[in-house]
Amino acid sequence: MIRDTPADDSRKPFLEVKDLHVHFPTDDGLVRAVDGLDFTLERGQTIGIVGESGSGKSVASLAILGLHRRSKAKLSGQILLEGEDLLTVSDSRIRALRGNQMAMVFQDPLSALHPYYTIGNQIVEAYLIHHKAGKQEARKRAIEMLERVGIPNPGRRVDQYPHEFSGGMRQRAMIAMALVNDPKLLIADEPTTALDVTVQAQILELMKDLQKEFGSAIIIITHDLGVVADVADDIIVMYGGKCVEKGTVDEVFYTPQHPYTWGLLASMPRMDKVRRDRLDPIPGNPPSLINLPPGCAFNPRCAHRGEVEGDRCRTEVPELLEAKQGQSARCHIDAARRADIYAQSAGLKT
Amino acid sequence: MLYYIIRRSIAAVLMLAVISVVTFFMFYASPTDPARLTCGKNCTPQSIEANRKALGLDKPVPVQYAAFVKGLFVERIFPDDPAFQKRNPDKVTVCPAPCLGYSPLQTKLVTDIVKERLPVTVSITMGAFVLWMVFGVGFGIVAALKRGTIVDRGLVALALVLYSFPAFFIALLMYNYLSTQWGVLPPPNYVAFSESPTQWFQGMLLPWISLASLFAASYIRLTRAYMLETMGEDYLRTARAKGLNERTVVMKHTLRAALTPIVTVAGLDLGILLAGAAITETVFNFQGLGRAVVSSVQVFDLPVIVALVLVAAFFIVIANLIVDVLYGVIDPRVRLV
Repeated sequence: MIRDTPADDSRKPFLEVKDLHVHFPTDDGLVRAVDGLDFTLERGQTIGIVGESGSGKSVASLAILGLHRRSKAKLSGQILLEGEDLLTVSDSRIRALRGNQMAMVFQDPLSALHPYYTIGNQIVEAYLIHHKAGKQEARKRAIEMLERVGIPNPGRRVDQYPHEFSGGMRQRAMIAMALVNDPKLLIADEPTTALDVTVQAQILELMKDLQKEFGSAIIIITHDLGVVADVADDIIVMYGGKCVEKGTVDEVFYTPQHPYTWGLLASMPRMDKVRRDRLDPIPGNPPSLINLPPGCAFNPRCAHRGEVEGDRCRTEVPELLEAKQGQSARCHIDAARRADIYAQSAGLKT
Repeated sequence: MLYYIIRRSIAAVLMLAVISVVTFFMFYASPTDPARLTCGKNCTPQSIEANRKALGLDKPVPVQYAAFVKGLFVERIFPDDPAFQKRNPDKVTVCPAPCLGYSPLQTKLVTDIVKERLPVTVSITMGAFVLWMVFGVGFGIVAALKRGTIVDRGLVALALVLYSFPAFFIALLMYNYLSTQWGVLPPPNYVAFSESPTQWFQGMLLPWISLASLFAASYIRLTRAYMLETMGEDYLRTARAKGLNERTVVMKHTLRAALTPIVTVAGLDLGILLAGAAITETVFNFQGLGRAVVSSVQVFDLPVIVALVLVAAFFIVIANLIVDVLYGVIDPRVRLV
């Protein structure tokens, strides 16, 4: 469950992102890739960050790992991992956390794995950075991890190169590499995008199993609502660098609050609804992060702009307001009215 | 792997055979009469014919070629005329296998010419190779790491300047200023390594530096380009995400990928240069293979031309083979089958 305000118990949340901004100054202007993002995440929980390309979801995750170059990106806000602000700690401290306390699984494992080193070599390296251990011990650990993520014949596979693995196996190896140090936080950036659908399901299943086993917190970044529906507890929908809606999976799927989320859901094939002739895409394109539309960034593509009096959608940036218990959205339309509109459109379509 | 090497070696031998045939026959397609060149102004038609017979030039070209190939495996005696050999046993030249032929113009065995000149060329080339690999690749890495800074721009500009000037100009400038005028470097002079390693080293310095500066120029740009390309790769982000420090990311992960393609280029450049660095040899007056090629082509010295073309082809073919095999070792994605 996402809390917008700190819980009244004194315990600090495991991961707390507060008002995160990531801006890139470029020759063409300031790119506001992430513009005010807040969320909290507890151990054993999974949060899904959903959005189109360029909505800022990957940039936010790289910021948590501290992988933005300070010369290129301007970061502000707070990222508190067990109370420690990752934006202000030293380089060596964040390096010690990176790969150890928090690890990342990247999209497209073929390009994310080094082509000239064996899988085992790369896992061993990840292990030895954070552990004082011998080569043999690290190798044993690598084989163990490969076995754990379901790679058959790990003793032989450990000495193979990434190009000798299939796509799904490569992603498993990538996950093994990320989990080799038992990280408390795992960030998966589009972990299934480059994979076949059947393999996708296996990988997601594997991540759920591993989470149960290791109790880690997972941030899963995807543009695929099906993926978050499968694994996430909470969802953040991002648009134009901002969170436009957040809530639990069930809330976001059954009572979506933001017109953008409606669009996303309508453009997704559903098994639980009567099939209509065609999917409804959201008209238009995602906005440029340099030149965001004034007011609500979604307003040029929003079909319900007329619901709001005056020109507020075009002049005033909406606040992220609680619409109902634990679920909030960034929209000028009155929450009750939104519920009506959604019920009506959903009713018409079924 | 072994099968691959054997197969490639056979292909290399075939390639050399084809090259030798082509060189041989191309030479005879030219309008110049090689026998006419063997005597000076006071040639009579009789002496030309006598020379032609003595040199075996009266025989059909395929027969001459066969004699040449045979000489690579068994001893040859010049002139190839049993009657003459019987009459004047002291005037014949014995050419032990592998025999590359006999140059009537230089009255020398071609094998000896190659033996004399190869060490000169190898000395120049290998020394320059070490220099340009160290500095060219080194500066290329520095330029890439300092991309956009004054260091990067300076190195790229330097490379452009060095690369733009003709080789002889750079060599002459260095000769004139570094050695003759300022006396920074010892005058270039070839002393065999076996005679005196110190003098060999001192005499080689200037040719090394001038030849290396040319190649270093292109290697700076090449290395920089490969480095920048690699620095954008996703797997470096993965390496950082593991918690590796920046030094290891650069020195291990980036270099490993960026330098692999350079091995190919370096091997081929080395092979080409071993066949003779004609301009550098000429400027510094070194009697290397390159100069031998130029002078023998100018005077139509067939046996020398054929032999030197073969030596050149040999180095290039071998360099190619080594590069291919090496690539299979350093890039696991390349399968040698």
